Amino acid sequence: MELDIESERFVALVGPSGCGKSTTLSLVAGLDSPTAGTVTVRGKAVHGITDSAGFLFQRDALLPWKSVRDNVLLPLQLRGVRGDQARKRAAEWIGRVGLRGFEDAYPHQLSGGMRKRVSLAQTLVYDPQILLMDEPFSALDVQTRNLMEGELLGLWQGSRKTVIFVTHDLEEAIALADEVVVMTAGPARVKARYDVTLPRPRDIEHVRLDPRFTELYSKMWNDLRDEVLESYARANAAG
Amino acid sequence: MRERTRPVDRWLVRTTQIVLAVAFLAGWELGVRAGKIDAFFFSSPSQIGATIANWWHQGYIVKDVLTTMWETVLGLIVGGAVGIVLGIVLASNRFLGAVFEPLLVLLNSIPRVTLVPLFILWFGFSLLSKVVSAVVLVLFVVFFATYAGIKDVDPTLVANVRVMGARRIDVVRHVLVPSALTWIFASLRSAVGFALIGAVVAEYFGANAGVGYRIQYSEAQLNTSGVFGGLAILMVLVTFVDTFIRWVQRRVLVWKPVDL
Repeated sequence: MELDIESERFVALVGPSGCGKSTTLSLVAGLDSPTAGTVTVRGKAVHGITDSAGFLFQRDALLPWKSVRDNVLLPLQLRGVRGDQARKRAAEWIGRVGLRGFEDAYPHQLSGGMRKRVSLAQTLVYDPQILLMDEPFSALDVQTRNLMEGELLGLWQGSRKTVIFVTHDLEEAIALADEVVVMTAGPARVKARYDVTLPRPRDIEHVRLDPRFTELYSKMWNDLRDEVLESYARANAAG
Repeated sequence: MRERTRPVDRWLVRTTQIVLAVAFLAGWELGVRAGKIDAFFFSSPSQIGATIANWWHQGYIVKDVLTTMWETVLGLIVGGAVGIVLGIVLASNRFLGAVFEPLLVLLNSIPRVTLVPLFILWFGFSLLSKVVSAVVLVLFVVFFATYAGIKDVDPTLVANVRVMGARRIDVVRHVLVPSALTWIFASLRSAVGFALIGAVVAEYFGANAGVGYRIQYSEAQLNTSGVFGGLAILMVLVTFVDTFIRWVQRRVLVWKPVDL
């Protein structure tokens, strides 16, 4: 598979389940190393953990034994930011994701949406240049999900960060991204790339009603449908 | 949504427990008084009470309890520390784990009681033989719990802190150890029982003080009241230490969703 991602762009990867979308993110983050080929981030081959990357996982990844404050402080501590400066930055990000007043709560005391906000603060607090997001909102209910998508766009807007957003939801991909990459049903290949020219800033609720949105959606769905059917057929044959 | 089960009435539980205990003791006592139970073999609550009171007056209880407690606590601390460190090292290093984990399983299969006479031979009637005998029981309980607790850690948590920039030692400190703590505490509670068994069995084989020694001495004199008296003291001891560990557990594991 060959895929170049321009910096400072919001790129969504869509494809049927098991096509290697998540693996792609792990490779970029340096959590996995490729069996063949190379991964290059900002001109440098990836060896070990990519320093400039932040990762938002599909599953809950907050440390359950740390309070909201300590969870957000952790990446700063690990990166050698100490004392007042770290506390100030953590407090600021907890505020930005709308959780002021919940600093001392433990993850199990929060709702799924609130936990995602903490994760978001935990990732953004150390200002990574690349955000890797692996279906981060797929476990949330639809309303919370739309809210979180809107907040993500708000936080990303003007931050000049590169985002690689993996999802199986085409609507989410189009609503959020500058570019949507459709992948084939394994072995992972890029099937097609689409520029999403919808204007920014976008309103997550209204953008879906834009005629250009529907047009893009049906074009991409044509590509994606074949791959989904293919992967479905394979899963059935295997099962 | 599952319907929430109603919490058990704690007061009712306590009352029932007390009623059952009183009924059991009263039945025992009355059985002996009525001549249905042979007091020589089974003693009776009043005779056991009298024996304990007699020990108290002679100053045995304080001495025995302190001796046994001290052996138990030392065994628990040493065995627990070694078990936790071994568990962390062998679970976080795959090579060492593969080499030594089967060895520990093998060693754990040894019936420890058979080793106690050896410990007495090596270390004499001293404190050391009792502590070692407690350690070889506690160590394995705590080791296996720590090992399992670390292996059980959610890989997403590890991946998350690694991306944030955690080194190996940070992963151990912030993820592996806290995750294993639940298991370690659960194991410490059963380890208390094991430490006490180790200490008492070693006292039983050779000592000049301690609850185990008192039980053995009573047995040698065919004094069943003394045997049951010693056992009663042991039960109180375990309850006391277990309550203490639960108190610590509640303070360390405040982040847990349910009270343990």
